[in-house]
Amino acid sequence: MSAIRSRILPTSYERARRDRQRHQRNKAALITLFTLPGMVIFFLFVLFPIAQSAYFSLFDWEGYGPPTDYIALGNYTRLFNHSVFRTSVSNSFTIMLLSLVIQLPLSLGLALLVGRGELPGRGVFRAILFIPYIFSEVITAIIWRYVLSPDDGALLNSVLTTFIPGYEPIGWLAERNIVLYALFIVLTWKFFGFHMILYMAGLQGIPKDLEEAARVDGATEAQVLRFVTLPLLGSTIRLTIFLSVVGSFQQFVLAWVLTNEGGPANASQLLATYLYKFGISQQKLGYGSAVAIVLFAIAFGFSVIYQRLFMRHDFATRSVGAGGRTG
Amino acid sequence: MFGTRQLPWTILKYALLVLICLVIMGPVLTAVLGSIRTTGEFVSTPFGLPQNGIQWENYLGILENPSFWNSLKNSLIITLGVTILNIMLASMLAFVFSRVSFYGRGLLFNILLIGLLFPLVIAILPIFIQVRQLNLIDSMWGVILPLVAFGLPGSVVILRNFFIAIPSELEDAAYIDGCTPFGFFRYILLPLARPALLAVATLQVIAGWNEYFLPLLILTDPDQWPLPLGIMQFQGQYGTDYARIMAYVTLLIIPAVLFYLVAEKYIVTGLTGGELKG
Repeated sequence: MSAIRSRILPTSYERARRDRQRHQRNKAALITLFTLPGMVIFFLFVLFPIAQSAYFSLFDWEGYGPPTDYIALGNYTRLFNHSVFRTSVSNSFTIMLLSLVIQLPLSLGLALLVGRGELPGRGVFRAILFIPYIFSEVITAIIWRYVLSPDDGALLNSVLTTFIPGYEPIGWLAERNIVLYALFIVLTWKFFGFHMILYMAGLQGIPKDLEEAARVDGATEAQVLRFVTLPLLGSTIRLTIFLSVVGSFQQFVLAWVLTNEGGPANASQLLATYLYKFGISQQKLGYGSAVAIVLFAIAFGFSVIYQRLFMRHDFATRSVGAGGRTG
Repeated sequence: MFGTRQLPWTILKYALLVLICLVIMGPVLTAVLGSIRTTGEFVSTPFGLPQNGIQWENYLGILENPSFWNSLKNSLIITLGVTILNIMLASMLAFVFSRVSFYGRGLLFNILLIGLLFPLVIAILPIFIQVRQLNLIDSMWGVILPLVAFGLPGSVVILRNFFIAIPSELEDAAYIDGCTPFGFFRYILLPLARPALLAVATLQVIAGWNEYFLPLLILTDPDQWPLPLGIMQFQGQYGTDYARIMAYVTLLIIPAVLFYLVAEKYIVTGLTGGELKG
């Protein structure tokens, strides 16, 4: 018996080792084969370009041949001294603040209306409210250009003329002091459905018993909302704030098409439209790189700080925002 | 369902919702109605039914124009290219990040997550420079590959969450039955992950179909332009012929709405990381 075993053991041990080695080799091959293509594309088109632009931003470079005219932080100095750039920074921050103060509460309110209970027809309401999010930004901008046009026959002006006596048609996109708010209305129209869907998902995750228990204990609806529902929705609210802020800094197409390249007279220029108008389309790639790096620093800096402070336990388990453009 | 005390509240709710839905749909309906009216009707009263019969020629003018079909073809190439590549690369990465442990995996995953912190628009100029260095200007790849790269982190996270939730007993059983890791991935994991794959795919379809900024920079030849650029060009050509422009807009709205109706469940699942069902 023991003789047999001593003869079997070494061979089976050897085979196991051979298997393990083969397995290790296969595993290494699998890892390489599966991660390399994706990571290479990610490096080539996400990480490397940003790093490279940080370098280009130190040159006065028109984009032909390698950059040679080193001007250190010259582009950044010029940038911060350009009044249009300062306008676009302040416009982007205004859009961000308006989104946080108006768009998110509106989305939350609608989610509370449509997202829970057995309101008949809520599927239809949800579809109608969400559908602008599916439309491309170009279509949205074209439609709204006609809605907001200064003619007294344009949709918004004619509706307001009907309901408000003595109303004088407004050039929503032609007035320096109004254009940004008009843009914000369109952004809200397009993007609130996205946030609403996120809130609806969050609301679905809240156990009904908790709210029921609060009601049984005599809490009013307002108290239930304030002390039970909203706190339980915390991670969703933190997430939508994050996506809304990052989204505000990436608005380009809507602003560009709607306001005719950031007009009138650059009054509605945002960071991304500024980058296009004063960097790319004028072939100032060094200068544009500096704008891109500032944009990147704002988005990245905010993301890192915000996630450190508020989303430590939320992020990565929640994936939201994936391909989604937000605003 | 409604107690007597709740009835007024319910009516108020409905009134509010209907009002908001009207505000939301107003511009869209105006465009759709405008597409079957004459430009003259549209200018005098923006919202209304066609008075002189339905103006199908607004549509015929576009449908007979070869550049519309060409833009449609280009849009399909970009959309399919982005979606297929993204799904392939993301599912492979998500498999490794969820099921195969190795040294440095966490670091690699975190590097990928950096991509979630800033959107494509912010990096548009760096991407443009890089695409030019790679000689991909005027190539569809110059549009597709950056879109894939920027979509990857989100897709990987969604799929990884889904893969992690699949019990490891299933994996063990497959390996005992002689399945290779690749076999497990291909024949067991991917079929099981169909809902997650579809959720990722719908988001990529929307992203690819709607993209405007990247092709604007990368594709200089109008023959290569996808629909978002095509409609801008059309608008430039026809200027004040609002009826035709609205017809073009409607032609792009219809597929978007149909796509939403068909894929609603997956779009919603994708956006919410799988939390809101249908």
